[in-house]
Amino acid sequence: MSSIDYQLSQLDLLEAESIHIMREVAAEFERPGLLFSGGKDSIVMLRLAEKAFWPAKIPFPLMHVDTGHNFDEVIEYRDRRAAELGARLIVASVEDAIAEGLVQDPTGPRASRNSIQTVPLLKGILDNKFDAVFGGARRDEEKARAKERVFSFRDEFGQWDPKAQRPELWSLYNGRHRPGEHIRIFPLSNWTELDIWQFVKREELELPSIYFAHKRPVFWRDNMLMAVTEVTPADEGAEVFEQMVRYRTVGDMTCTAAVESEADTLDKIIEDVAASRITERGATRADDRASEAAMEDRKREGYF
Amino acid sequence: MELLRLATAGSVDDGKSTLIGRLLYDSKSIFEDQLEAVERTSRDQGAEYTNLALLTDGLRAEREQGITIDVAYRYFATPKRKFIIADTPGHIQYTRNMVTGASTANLTMILVDARNGVIEQSRRHTFLSSLLRVPHVVMLVNKMDLVDYSEEAYQKIADDFRAFAAKLDIPDLTIIPVSALKGDNVVSRSENMPWYEGSSLLHHLENIHIGSDLNLIDVRFPVQYVVRPQSDAYHDYRGYAGTVAGGTIKVGDEIMVQPSGLTSRVVGIDLYGQELQEAHPPMSVSIRLADELDISRGDMLCRPHNHPRATQDLDAMIVWMQQGTRIQEGNRYIIKHTTRTAKTIVKDLQYRLDINDLHRDEKTTSLGLNEIGRVTLRITQPLFVDEYRRNRQTGSFILIDEVTGATVAAGMVVDTDI
Ligand SMILES: Nc1nc2c(ncn2[C@@H]2O[C@H](COP(=O)(O)OP(=O)(O)OP(=O)(O)O)[C@@H](O)[C@H]2O)c(=O)[nH]1
Ligand SMILES: [Mg+2]
Repeated sequence: MSSIDYQLSQLDLLEAESIHIMREVAAEFERPGLLFSGGKDSIVMLRLAEKAFWPAKIPFPLMHVDTGHNFDEVIEYRDRRAAELGARLIVASVEDAIAEGLVQDPTGPRASRNSIQTVPLLKGILDNKFDAVFGGARRDEEKARAKERVFSFRDEFGQWDPKAQRPELWSLYNGRHRPGEHIRIFPLSNWTELDIWQFVKREELELPSIYFAHKRPVFWRDNMLMAVTEVTPADEGAEVFEQMVRYRTVGDMTCTAAVESEADTLDKIIEDVAASRITERGATRADDRASEAAMEDRKREGYF
Repeated sequence: MELLRLATAGSVDDGKSTLIGRLLYDSKSIFEDQLEAVERTSRDQGAEYTNLALLTDGLRAEREQGITIDVAYRYFATPKRKFIIADTPGHIQYTRNMVTGASTANLTMILVDARNGVIEQSRRHTFLSSLLRVPHVVMLVNKMDLVDYSEEAYQKIADDFRAFAAKLDIPDLTIIPVSALKGDNVVSRSENMPWYEGSSLLHHLENIHIGSDLNLIDVRFPVQYVVRPQSDAYHDYRGYAGTVAGGTIKVGDEIMVQPSGLTSRVVGIDLYGQELQEAHPPMSVSIRLADELDISRGDMLCRPHNHPRATQDLDAMIVWMQQGTRIQEGNRYIIKHTTRTAKTIVKDLQYRLDINDLHRDEKTTSLGLNEIGRVTLRITQPLFVDEYRRNRQTGSFILIDEVTGATVAAGMVVDTDI
C-alpha cells in the first residue's frame, strides 16, 4: 500500500482538527456556548459542530452579540439557521446594555458600537455561566490573532494576557480554569480565508446574500467603500454612487466596508479571494485602523 | 493539496522572524496592507530597511523589544503545497513557546548566525526538536552576507552542527547557507554563493517527502466522546467519537477495548451521515461496534494482538515549562494523556540532561524552567501508552498544576518494556 493514499487534503485535515477540538470541549466543559453571528466563519464553525456530533444535535447553545446595527440579511439568516438546527439562540444585546446603563452609546459622526460589544459579550458569558466560548476567529486575520492559542485562557475579567499564554502541545488542550474564569475556543485557528470559501463550496453552505456581488449606494470613507444605511449616512461632502460590491466580512455596519466586486457565485468569489492582494480586515474593517495594536488592545479587554 | 507544518528554531536574533518574512515576501504571500503597515512601523522605528520580522512579531511588547515572545502562526501556499508556519522565540525565557510550536511540526528550520556559529541555544533547540521527534530538520546558516558569503565559514558551522546532530536522533537533516535579510537561497538560488550546489529553502520545503511520517500500523483510537442522540430516528445509535491516533481502521475489523479487554467488531465508521469504509490518522470519525459494550471517554480502541501498554507507572522525558516553580520527587500533578485525565505523583527524578554535552546529571534533585530530565511517574489510574518514538499521540502527555491549572510540563514516554 502506498502511503501517499493516506495523506489527507488540507481541507480534510483542517476539518478533522476542528472536530477534534469541538468534541474535546463538549467532553470536558460543563457549559460551552458557540458565538454565532451569521458571518461566514461562524457558519463554517456551525457546520463543523454539526459534523462533530452527528447524528445528535449540537450539544450547546448559540450566542450572538447584537449591536443593533447589523445587516438585516444577516439577522434573518441567523434566526433561520438556528431554527433549522433546533438550536437555542441567545442574543446578547448591545442596545439592552445601553438601556441598562452598562455602557454609553458612542455618539458623533463616525460613532461605532463595535468596541463596546465586549460589555454585553462578557455579561452574556457570565449570565449564562459559560465556561467555554467558541469563537470563529482565524489566525490569518490579524497579527495579534496570529499569536493566540486554540484554548485561550481568560481571567475573571475576561482578559487575555498575551505574554503569559499556556504552552499548547500536540493536540492536548488544557481547559482547566477556576470558577469565574473561562476559556475561549478557536477551532478555526488554522483556517485561512480561502480555506473558508473552499469549505463553503464543498459543503454547499448557504450564506447571507450580502457576501455575493450586488448593487447598492455607497460612498468612499478613508479608502473604504461604505454602504449608505440608516446608521451610516453618507459623510458630508462625500459623493454617493451605485456600485457592484460584496462583503468579505460582515460585522457591525458602522465599521464594516464592502469591496468592489462582480463575483456573484462561489466560484467567482474563490477566484477573487485567491487573487486578492489585501487582507480581509485591511480591506473592510475600520475598527483595526484605530492604531497599530487596536486588535491586541481590544482582545486584552475581552473582545472576541 | 498537501499540508506541511513548519516551526522555526534557533537562538535569539539569529534571524528566524526575518526569514519567515522573507519567505512570505519573496513567494508573494504578503498582502499589500500588511506590507504597508510593516513599512510604516519600520520607518517609525528609524530602520534603514523594511524590517520583515515585523510580519510575525505582532504583539506590542515584541515590537518594543525587537524580539519574539510567543509563537506566531502564518499561512502560505505555493502551487505545490500549503504551509503552516510557527515562528517561535529564540529567547531562552520563552523556550516553552518554542516547544509549543515544534510539537505539531513536521519540520523544524534551525537558524544559526554565521558569525557566531552553533551556540548553546542552537543546541538546546536542536535537542528539543529531536526530543519532540520532528521528522525533518533544515539547518540554516544565516547572515551569510555578514561573512562575505564565505564557503569556509559555512563549512565550519555545518561540520560543527553535523557533529552535534549525529549524537541525536534526526532522521532527515539538510543544511543550507542563506541570508534572510537579503534573500539568498531562500526562494531562489543565490548568485553570491556559487559554491553551494543544493536547492533553495523553498524548493526543499516544496519537495520533501512527508507521506511516511504517519504511523499506519498500530491501531489506536482514544475514545473522546460518546455520541448518543436523544431522538427517535437514531434511538439506538451509539457512536464512539474520536481522532485516529494510529493505524488504519476498517469496517469488519476486530477491535479490543482498553481497559476492559473486551472485543467486538467495527460495523460502521461515520462522518456526518457518510459511511466510510476506512479511517486513518488524523481523521476525526465516529465508530460503531457490533456489541453493546460499556465504553466511555478515556478508553482506547485497539487490536487484540496489538495494543498499547496499560500502566500506572511511566518513565518519561519531561521539559519543565513553568517559571518560579520546580519539579521534584513527591510532587503531585494532573496528567493529561490522549483523552484521559488522572492524577500523578513524581516517584523518581532519575537525571537532568545537560543539553550541551548530553551528560546525565544523576545528582539532581529538581528541574526548573526549561530543564529537561527523566522521571518516573505513578498514576492514579492506568494510561494506555506507546513509546513516543512509535506514536506522537499515544506517547505524549502534559502535566497540569492542580491549583492554578497552568500547563507546567511536556512529557514523552520512553522505555515501555513490557
Ligand atoms: N545582515 C543580516 N542581518 C540579519 C539577517 N537575518 C536577520 N538579520 C537581522 O538580525 C536581527 C534579528 O532578526 P530577527 O528575525 O528578529 O531574529 P529572531 O531569530 O526572530 O529573534 P527572536 O525571535 O527574538 O529569537 C534583525 O536586526 C535582522 O534584521 C541576515 O541574513 N543578514
Ligand atoms: Mg523572531
